[in-house]
Amino acid sequence: MPMFDRRTISAFALIGATVLALLTGFAWAAGWLGPRRISGGDITTALEANSGGVKPGYRRAHAKGLCFTGDFAANGRGSALSTARTLHAGTLPVLGRFSLAGGNPLAGDGRNVFHSMALLLKTPDGQEWRMALDHTPIFPVADVASFITLQRATTPDPKTGKPDPAVLKALLAAHPEVKAFQGYMAKAVLPNSFANATYYSINAFRFTDAGGTTRFVRWQFVPEAPLAGLDKQHLDQLPRDALFQEMIARTAKGPSRWHLLLVEANPGDVTDKATVAWQGPHRTIDAGTLTIRATQPEETGSCRDFNFDPTILPEGIALSDDPLLAARAKGYSSSFTRRAAEGPHPSAVGEDLAKGAQQ
Amino acid sequence: MTRLSPDFNPALRVLHWLMAALVLAMLFIGVFMVSTSGPAYGTLLALHRPIGIAILVLVVLRLPLRLATGAPALPEDLAPLQKRIAWGSHVLLYAALFALPLIGWGMLSAGGYPVRLGDGIVLPPILPHDLALYALLRAVHTAIALAFFALILLHLAAALMHGLVRRDGVLRSMTIGHHRSSPPSAADDDKSGETATLPT
Repeated sequence: MPMFDRRTISAFALIGATVLALLTGFAWAAGWLGPRRISGGDITTALEANSGGVKPGYRRAHAKGLCFTGDFAANGRGSALSTARTLHAGTLPVLGRFSLAGGNPLAGDGRNVFHSMALLLKTPDGQEWRMALDHTPIFPVADVASFITLQRATTPDPKTGKPDPAVLKALLAAHPEVKAFQGYMAKAVLPNSFANATYYSINAFRFTDAGGTTRFVRWQFVPEAPLAGLDKQHLDQLPRDALFQEMIARTAKGPSRWHLLLVEANPGDVTDKATVAWQGPHRTIDAGTLTIRATQPEETGSCRDFNFDPTILPEGIALSDDPLLAARAKGYSSSFTRRAAEGPHPSAVGEDLAKGAQQ
Repeated sequence: MTRLSPDFNPALRVLHWLMAALVLAMLFIGVFMVSTSGPAYGTLLALHRPIGIAILVLVVLRLPLRLATGAPALPEDLAPLQKRIAWGSHVLLYAALFALPLIGWGMLSAGGYPVRLGDGIVLPPILPHDLALYALLRAVHTAIALAFFALILLHLAAALMHGLVRRDGVLRSMTIGHHRSSPPSAADDDKSGETATLPT
């Protein structure tokens, strides 16, 4: 090759600049350059620390659970709000999972924490509606940064076994919504069965009807069984798996039912903050009946290997502008990917069954 | 097969540049959506799956066309090793175009996720629901994507070397072609407007 002339040198410079520009753009897109972003892994890591370290193979939140199966019989009235095929009149099989909040899969049931129900509804065309519902209508924080702050502030100090009171105090001062949530939890009835709790969607979603009208909707599953509470003063006396064993025994005797109530937002209702409850009367549609007919430990049930990501939605239902939704999707996804790589581990209920079999 | 014409088939050229735009967009969307738990995540995820499947459909059309119409011969003065590297890198580029969407689809299948493309279209699973398989494919999807981006940068740098330094008609064979000008070796192949622009 001849000596490099000026044109060749500028050509090399142009090539170098082009490649460098693409590399820089890619590094920015990946979050390696520029302001630090909160990834799904950051959420999961905060949850792991809050639980006293990684519990390999388990969900990083709501680690303790029980699978169930049943069906959802839609009456068709939900179609007034959404074209989702799940709401068309007819019956669909359902699988799901009851769980308690926290990252410890063997924690006791006597804790004043979220009682949760996850559901997966699938129509024959393959569309899915996944839900992760809690027994409270509201959530303690409104966004992902606050969620991580909350996890860190409530992480037990290894020395004392309790969260640092000074950090907690600062958190409550900066986040009145967390304080409001704690006040709610202190007063609210803590259901004494998975079967008699109302489970809420937490976030608002966009429902679009056949005419193309979009409305904000929250929903709840209201039980037919009357609500009764646990004695909050003596929670520590509850056997480790009392709530799960109660649900297994109850379901062996007969099914439990809930009504799906779709609640349409009134003008002015907050639809992008899960910390704010909707007050007063709302247009509410009873869209159908959920019946839970059988329970299975995670070892043999089919719920364990699903991620109940509440952003997996059918046509006719879409995300709202609530920033917590993306954070839930990313946190769940990161937890799912980590535990998938670690392989499954025994559940508390499965452990009970194994002990029972030995006796 | 070596093509007698100095240029790639016009349909292949259109497919090449369309897919170049889609693939670059996908790589940027992919790494961005993995990095954030902000509101952009939902939008990016909703783009990632249909664009991925679109790339799979396009490469399924493109490979037979490429095999049927062939490629123009590389310049005779190119070293045999360079020619072999050029051939190998193109095989790898085609392999990545097939592998990434298929692994993405397979990974979601193994994770028990619906492969939703929007408009009520959900693809059937192509692999059994198996979390160990999901974890493996999830890692492989990222690894191949990063390797693919590196390969695309090399491909781009090599193409610009042909176009701007060697000026041997190789870049032109994939852009405007030689039909309006003299033989390939004499072509003034200094077109630089093809470089991708950065997203803002």
